[in-house]
Amino acid sequence: MTTWKEQTVNVAGSELVLVRGGQGKPLVVLHDEMGYTGWMGWNEELAKVRELIIPLQPGFGKSARLDWAWRHRDIANFYQNMIRELNLGKVDLLGFSAGGYIAAEMAAANPEQLNSLTLVGPMGIKPDQGEIYDMFACTINTYLRASVASQENEFTNIYGGEMTPEQFELFEDARAESARIGWEPYMFNPSLPWLLRSAANAKLPTVLIRGKEDGIVPQDCIRKYKEALPQAEVVTIDGAGHRPEIEKKDAFVAAVKKVLS
Amino acid sequence: MQIAHFTERPMRYIPEEPVLQNRAFFGVSNKYFDAEKSAHDYNFYLDEACYCEEVGFDAVALNEHHGNPFCSGNVLTTEAAILARITSKVKIVLIGTPLPVIKHPLRAAEELATIDIISRGRLVSGWVRGAGSEQFFNNANPAYNREMFNEAHEFIMQAWTREGPWRYEGKHFHYRHVNPWVKPYQKPVPQQWIPGVLSPETILWCAEKRYPYLGLGTALGPTCDMWDMYADKAAELGYQAGPENFGYLLPVFCADTDEKAQEIGKGFIYGGGQNAFSRPEHTLPPGYNSKAAIRMLATQPGGSWLGVSKAKMMAGRDDSWDASAYDELRQKLIRGYEKVQENLQVVVGSPQTCIKKITDILSVIRPGVFTVFAVQGTVSDKDRLRSVELLGKEVLPAIRAFGKEQELFGPFDRTPGSVKLAPGTKRAPVVDRVALAKLNLP
Repeated sequence: MTTWKEQTVNVAGSELVLVRGGQGKPLVVLHDEMGYTGWMGWNEELAKVRELIIPLQPGFGKSARLDWAWRHRDIANFYQNMIRELNLGKVDLLGFSAGGYIAAEMAAANPEQLNSLTLVGPMGIKPDQGEIYDMFACTINTYLRASVASQENEFTNIYGGEMTPEQFELFEDARAESARIGWEPYMFNPSLPWLLRSAANAKLPTVLIRGKEDGIVPQDCIRKYKEALPQAEVVTIDGAGHRPEIEKKDAFVAAVKKVLS
Repeated sequence: MQIAHFTERPMRYIPEEPVLQNRAFFGVSNKYFDAEKSAHDYNFYLDEACYCEEVGFDAVALNEHHGNPFCSGNVLTTEAAILARITSKVKIVLIGTPLPVIKHPLRAAEELATIDIISRGRLVSGWVRGAGSEQFFNNANPAYNREMFNEAHEFIMQAWTREGPWRYEGKHFHYRHVNPWVKPYQKPVPQQWIPGVLSPETILWCAEKRYPYLGLGTALGPTCDMWDMYADKAAELGYQAGPENFGYLLPVFCADTDEKAQEIGKGFIYGGGQNAFSRPEHTLPPGYNSKAAIRMLATQPGGSWLGVSKAKMMAGRDDSWDASAYDELRQKLIRGYEKVQENLQVVVGSPQTCIKKITDILSVIRPGVFTVFAVQGTVSDKDRLRSVELLGKEVLPAIRAFGKEQELFGPFDRTPGSVKLAPGTKRAPVVDRVALAKLNLP
């Protein structure tokens, strides 16, 4: 069993809470728009080959909000300075959903800082077909339920039972901060497909992972990411929705390990 | 005392089922919009406002909402501009311009000043943040709602008073050439009354600005608490708050007999009434409320006037009522209708009943502005106008006499914030809690 710890660091002019666990070269993990879910089975598996460094996104309850940040791109810049100021060197980067959006902005801005990029159900690019599910126009529970193909496996452990006031507040913090930086245009940056050219030019090893039944991010987002990043490998995971890491852990871990190796 | 008549200008031809099926007014498809019927309604409401002036109301009040048939006022300044011309005495009270929702304070400054000029100084310019649902139906980022509200308000105050041209580079708004060639008739600026449903941040902001705060049908107990909060802040700032700092809006329907009023007054619960204003997912958009308000909501399960509750916020989309069970639902709504009357949050009855209940309420919260919120639902022109007539001719004189006896000064009788309070002096009470206890409310 890997031990992980929570650590508060002062980076890029702000207090940031990190979860760190595992051994090996650094793998920076960016959680999704609803916040960090806690240390799960997939963390445990990846921690065997990498040190996981998981910043708890500024403004999501634990880390201080960055008042100057307007867009996901600004959070990307903040994380890039985090990597520099923590002297992490070149890192592998894994981002989920809106965390994938931030990861893509990081890759676009400075691909040389990364060994590899893994985007899981990434937001950030406007699909031509379909729309990114509107997380703000539904209640917390509706969004959580929409994010999985079936409410089995680890979903119940994370989100089951009655929501405590503390959980409710953390979710509301996450929603508020996501709205602050992602309300309009909704969870995408119109320039991102063009900005990603730098990551394409750098031939940054990239994997695009999507649960086949993802109800949050349309397939067309993956197609457009692939168009911007021709070097990327696309992995579709059967029987999973927007959270393949908890719905189909083994297939997810295998896909990530492949790019890490 | 100033007495105003307010109506949401409901679209009176919309069938109830789509509202019930949608579980809210917000989001009911505009496929039900009927131009001819709406033309009648819009014109009727303007005529109704003229009739309010004729029977003795001091003011007519307007608001705006978007994306729903609960309120046909989509752009309140257009109606207010017409009223500025077709009425001659009444104040035109906007409760209010939803600053963060319209996102264009320079335009708002110009529109409002135009209304004040045409009416020769009869505009009362209230401001609102816009209900939660408005943020969705105008794509206004709720996380910046209060910031945008404050910035837009400060900008308008400057646009109304400062000599142009000048340049404005703010956080949310940018105008490099500010020089509006219309300024308010009233100097330095029109009065500003702020409606709300008891958000402490808004109440403290009003006290700081010395703006009258209007409770929108809020329960009497919490209203007293908030009036006290306002008055404490006022005392800190060196003035004694009085009735001129407070207003209250109350759903009222009057008919010749109690029986008739009870039947027609059910319009207040049409489609679910206030509680069906918006769906849970639209009621508190992300970042719209302060962290303190969210914490309060998370730990206190009680609901509020607009149907916000922890239970609703925590529900999933599939956890709501069975909209097909109309009969059962209507029974539930009728029980609610009785309950809000027992609680004195809705007053329905003959003139005598209305006078008794309204004066009971006024004796507790002592506002200088009393606003009648006219019935919702599909009530006919005739029944609406009869209510206005009975209120104007029978209820208003009694309320005015009561207000005079109780010294309920309105903001046009005594300037809000003008009664100085020396530092260290204990402030006078602004509510009567003994009177509240006597009402023995459930």
